[in-house]
Amino acid sequence: MQATSSRIGEPNIVAMGFFFVFIATTLGITYWAARRTRTTEHFYAAGRTISPGQNGIALAGDYMSAASFLGIAGLVSTTGFDGLIYSTGWLVGWPVVLFLIAEPLRNLGRYTFADVVAVRLRQTPVRIAAAIGTLATVSFYLIAQMVGAGGLIRLMFGIPYETAIVIVGVAMIAYVLFGGMLATTWVQIVKAVLLLGGAALLALLVLARFGWSPAALFAAAAEKYGDGVLSPGRLVSKPLDAVSLGMALMFGTAGLPHILMRFYTVPDAKAARTSVFYATGLIGSFYLMTFILGFGAMVLVGPDVIRGVEPGGNMAAPLLAEFLGGTPFLGFIAAVAFATILAVVAGLTLSGAAALSHDLWVSVHRREKADAAEQLRVARVATVGLGILGVLLGITFKGQNVAFMVGLAFAIAASANFPALVLSIFWRRYTTAGAVTSMLLGTASTLALIYFSPTLQIDVLKHSDAWFPLRNPALVTMPLSFAAGILVSLLAPRPGEAAGFDAVSRRMHLGQEIQPSAISLQPSDN
Amino acid sequence: MTDSFEARLSAVAATRWRVAIALTAAMIAVYFGFILLIAYARPVLARRIIPGLSLGILLGALVIVTSWILTWVYVRWANTRYDAALGRLRE
Repeated sequence: MQATSSRIGEPNIVAMGFFFVFIATTLGITYWAARRTRTTEHFYAAGRTISPGQNGIALAGDYMSAASFLGIAGLVSTTGFDGLIYSTGWLVGWPVVLFLIAEPLRNLGRYTFADVVAVRLRQTPVRIAAAIGTLATVSFYLIAQMVGAGGLIRLMFGIPYETAIVIVGVAMIAYVLFGGMLATTWVQIVKAVLLLGGAALLALLVLARFGWSPAALFAAAAEKYGDGVLSPGRLVSKPLDAVSLGMALMFGTAGLPHILMRFYTVPDAKAARTSVFYATGLIGSFYLMTFILGFGAMVLVGPDVIRGVEPGGNMAAPLLAEFLGGTPFLGFIAAVAFATILAVVAGLTLSGAAALSHDLWVSVHRREKADAAEQLRVARVATVGLGILGVLLGITFKGQNVAFMVGLAFAIAASANFPALVLSIFWRRYTTAGAVTSMLLGTASTLALIYFSPTLQIDVLKHSDAWFPLRNPALVTMPLSFAAGILVSLLAPRPGEAAGFDAVSRRMHLGQEIQPSAISLQPSDN
Repeated sequence: MTDSFEARLSAVAATRWRVAIALTAAMIAVYFGFILLIAYARPVLARRIIPGLSLGILLGALVIVTSWILTWVYVRWANTRYDAALGRLRE
């Protein structure tokens, strides 16, 4: 197999065909969902009618981005074992979501994670701070997805970058605007099934060539490229970097707004629990398959050919598909990658729109006085605004190195959203001032330290060194955010806010039917 | 009666958080243990279990399998003990 024999980058009829079918199917779903999307409860939470199994698949769809499919397969195929560090890191946040977050979130909130933090604290400051954390996370994740989308689609379909970005933007706006959470959920389900099916098919075709033995595949890789590919290498030259990235991945997962929002789509806390169980199973299987795909591409395609097509290694999985199944299979995998990006940006846009309309407009600006029609209208305006913003950001950052932005989004989620969520669920004496401090400091310190890190100073700005040593700041910023929230709450205690904790605790475990009124949880002394 | 309800609820809550924190700690120990082995015990991870399968790759796969087992343990506990305790509280 030579690089010159690859048909990547040429217009691919099969890819176009699969992609057209995907768009037609998802728009059909959107048309169906649009007639069922009449209230904000439908728009944000699909009327809370999604089953645990459906939500489990949709969670996996929301989470398995093109970065993890193409990026990790590429990393394993070019570095071997080092890529596997990411495969495991992307999964280990899910048990944390299950143990600490999913059920309390479902019982305490309505549409956003700010609902939970604000439940017994002062609405306005908490919701503004939470919206800042949400929008920062969503924006950086969105930029990474959009720029990745433009580049990938240009490589795989041969259409111009800007056209690709606009196609993604228009389709994503259509799903969310008309079909709300119901359409977004089904787009995630279709995408997750395609991605898992495509990856499984690839993995089976690889294993068939090695006598169905992963060990034989790894042995072939070691024989061809040295024993080093099976053990830790230069990527982890700095242990603290690995630990810091690990913290961002593990706890950031439990603070991603578009993931958290999915727990509101199921009928109750038990369904939320079951859905994370399914999601963990599916996502874990997917990352186990990346072991096979990565080493398969290394042995069958070769790292030099992979880097020759795209220096970042992102084309490893498509090249492997082309090697195993020719142009039609390449077309299928290319269409799956496109579908993956579309689904993830739709989920991100919906969660950003919820922060803008539910938290900022309805709760802060209108003080809960907006009627149902106005709430839905504002949510849709926010969706279109965010969609256009996503397209503009995608075009602005064309050609920039934005790979670090996914890590940055996880670091903000771990440092701003996760500490506030955990402390508000667990700690009676948590106060409004503590929550606001930890969310704002978490966001600001993450942004500042990523600016001074080697990731930005050396990789992007091409300076010779960086003031802050860690490539991902979570190791510093997450403890900082926890410490600030605890310290401020202890220094200025609010007995009135603490008094609301018993009612919160009751609702957190027993659900809303016991304590239907959110107003009764509001502090009385301020 | 109200007092005893509050006391029973806080007992259920305390147990639920003990289980959650123990399982979270186990997940943290497994994952960061793996990362620290990668950082400080590279020769150990390079060791072959069988031809082709290094200890590092095996442990990486086991981190994922452990995540599954821990989520299964929690769901199993919650579906039986926790839900039953909540059911008694609702009566």
